[in-house]
Amino acid sequence: MTLRVGISAGSLCAALLITLTVHAQAYPVPPTTAPDHVPPDPPQQMMGDMTYKEMVSMMQMDDTHRFGKVMLDQFEWRDAQEGAEGAWDAQAWYGGDYNKLWIKTEGERVAGLTHNGSVDVLFDRVVGRWWDAQGGIRQDFGRGPARTWLALGLQGVAPYWLDAEATFYVGEEGRTAVRLKADYDLLLTQRLILQPYGEVNIYGKSDAEREVGSGLSDLELSLRLRYEVRRELAPYLGVGWFKRFGTSAELARAAGEGSDEVQLVAGLHIWF
Amino acid sequence: MEKSRFGPSAALAPFCLTRRRFVQGLSGVLATAALPSRRVAAGDEPRAVLSGTEFNLEVSAIEVNFTGARRMATAVNGQVPGPLLRWREGDTITVRVKNRLDVPTSLHWHGVIVPSDMDGVPGLSFAGIPAGETFEYRFRVNQSGTYWYHSHSRFQEQVGLYGPIVIEPRRAERHAADREHVVLLSDWTDRDPEHLYRTLKLESEYFNFGQRTAGDFFDSVRKQGLKPAIEARRMWGEMRMNPTDLADVSGYTYTYLTNGVSPAGNWTGVFKPGERVRLRIINGSSMSFFDVRIPGLKLSVVAADGQDIEPVSVDEFRIAAGEVYDVMVEPREDRAYTIFAQSIDRSGYARGTLAPRPGMQAEVPPLDSRQLLTMADMGMGHAHSMGPNVDSVAPDPRIDLGDPGVGLRDNGRRVLTYSDLRTLDGPIDSRSPGRDIVLHLTGHMARFIWSFDGRKFSEAEPLRFNYGERLRLVLINDSMMNHPIHLHGMWGEVESPDGEVLFRKHTINVQPAQRLSYRVTADAIGRWAYHCHLLYHMEAGMFREVHVDRPGGMS
Repeated sequence: MTLRVGISAGSLCAALLITLTVHAQAYPVPPTTAPDHVPPDPPQQMMGDMTYKEMVSMMQMDDTHRFGKVMLDQFEWRDAQEGAEGAWDAQAWYGGDYNKLWIKTEGERVAGLTHNGSVDVLFDRVVGRWWDAQGGIRQDFGRGPARTWLALGLQGVAPYWLDAEATFYVGEEGRTAVRLKADYDLLLTQRLILQPYGEVNIYGKSDAEREVGSGLSDLELSLRLRYEVRRELAPYLGVGWFKRFGTSAELARAAGEGSDEVQLVAGLHIWF
Repeated sequence: MEKSRFGPSAALAPFCLTRRRFVQGLSGVLATAALPSRRVAAGDEPRAVLSGTEFNLEVSAIEVNFTGARRMATAVNGQVPGPLLRWREGDTITVRVKNRLDVPTSLHWHGVIVPSDMDGVPGLSFAGIPAGETFEYRFRVNQSGTYWYHSHSRFQEQVGLYGPIVIEPRRAERHAADREHVVLLSDWTDRDPEHLYRTLKLESEYFNFGQRTAGDFFDSVRKQGLKPAIEARRMWGEMRMNPTDLADVSGYTYTYLTNGVSPAGNWTGVFKPGERVRLRIINGSSMSFFDVRIPGLKLSVVAADGQDIEPVSVDEFRIAAGEVYDVMVEPREDRAYTIFAQSIDRSGYARGTLAPRPGMQAEVPPLDSRQLLTMADMGMGHAHSMGPNVDSVAPDPRIDLGDPGVGLRDNGRRVLTYSDLRTLDGPIDSRSPGRDIVLHLTGHMARFIWSFDGRKFSEAEPLRFNYGERLRLVLINDSMMNHPIHLHGMWGEVESPDGEVLFRKHTINVQPAQRLSYRVTADAIGRWAYHCHLLYHMEAGMFREVHVDRPGGMS
């Protein structure tokens, strides 16, 4: 009972009749009232059993595909009191819709030396509509002794599209720390975007060798005006208020550095 | 009746593809690639029309130039769109598809009811057509009307693998015309679609250049006052939703095509003043909704998705990806008329011309202003969560079929809505549905995850229909985007809010926060695809398998 064997019109019609008869016996055709609708014949070849993986590879359709993204949110020159310095704040991730490997790094370059450098290597898991939980390790580097921390945090979008990150750290010798970051994109035009940005670091214990005092240690409040030449490439100009508090401020002053500065910044915002 | 078919200069085609016509088509495309300006006067290029019962199609990569940049497209018989296939109701046809690509391909006959192993969905119907091989489709054509075909393999549809199908009825056409033209709308990008998909996953608003700015805020303060302006922003801000989210991919990267011709190229269909002209309008785009009108002409819509309806006279209609409308126009004056198809987000348009002679053109209207999504598109506020995949839920969906949708409301023109459609042949099946299957259309815009009921294809079991049953599919669109949902193998018969069967469709657009129900008779044994016809939504998970078991549950 196959339509495909027939070649001439005659044998086709015969085959068709046989097919229809056989079907009528094997499969009761549902009642129809519209004379113009004819249900399709059953398939002559059904796909064999296969795994989901085999099926989607045949379909060339895969909603579990992993992607990766690198974001250089801030890559900039700063007009500091003791001369120009460089700074970066970058993130990258790789993974699927639910689980990702997430890397964050930030720091400053002053007179050929890295200050306040850190890199977080995190496992990122979607936990809510707008939030991801992140856990992993942070390594501090640059001037002073290296420090290693365990990290646990949340990253996501707060109401009003406020991008927010809050990470809690536990280090050696009873050290603890909290890092909070937030930014917001205010569209002046479709390509000219003003971004207020804030970052706060809080430490449980002083660490004089890294110029860190306990309590509220440092704060950045800044505004960056970027122009998206393409979505992926935006040069920016901005201004930032960089303030150190308490012991951190004293340690910075002792080292001959500013503890309360307003700096001009200029840089590139890039992702790919 | 003078049949101009696909293009005004396309003569009555021979039954089979001739070598000569194939070469003509191919050189036409290549000439265009070399000299894009040729299109300006061209519009009337010959396009192959293939008719009869035996068809030989070749899928291959060709170079095209729609924008000034040379790109590779995936073509049928060297053409984008592929040749018009003219079939006759009642014929058994054979289509041999030779794959000259170096990757697998497939052709799906969109809206044509065929046995499931002929339906052309790799992984469900068949194994696909491997590189270098030929697959023979063979089936009896049991319907008439306007349909189309496209690849069901990865992003081949985006790069040009689509073409129109016209099936002549055995009896005379109900709505007779003196002349007809196929108008196949599509969206072309010079980007690699793999890259486009990745871009959407990384930055879902990448292509949206119509977002609200600080200036818009001051405008709304001036127009509405400070408090309402703040209130409107607050509402959207609290929900973290974007009222400008009308299209995921915009004219920023898309060039909208009419029968494969860019707006500058101005595809032209000829008519003689006083003729009744049937336009077979197909949305073969991957991601675009078009609002179509022909300034100066009333459009009498006579068929929806190939099915004859009671004619309804409108100024404009929205056509979702995968949908088909046949409209009759009667241009009386000896002048050109613009076929204007603006994208839903007003970021661009496809354009063509109806004219007594090639080379004429009429004024192209300006794009309408872009409208914002409203509270009606939101389903009135917050609701329970459906998990991290789903960014919004419509707790109180609207059931009105009479809403033309965002951007078309109160625009001063008579716009077609689903409540206007009445299939002439009546319901397929007189029985009442034995059960309801309720599916939420869900997504997370920022993460670019799309799904039914918050579950991506990879996370969902097939839907099981029992052979012979009559059932009701209830779709509730929780997202703030339109989704044209396409069921393979079986018609959907859309019901009015009070349960009356109104019309038959293969691709049913569900507006944001809308609840829509339709009846299905599970008379098609096999494994079928059921999905959003926005290509990247489908790829991102808005896809289900529908399994119609053989009697006794065996399959």
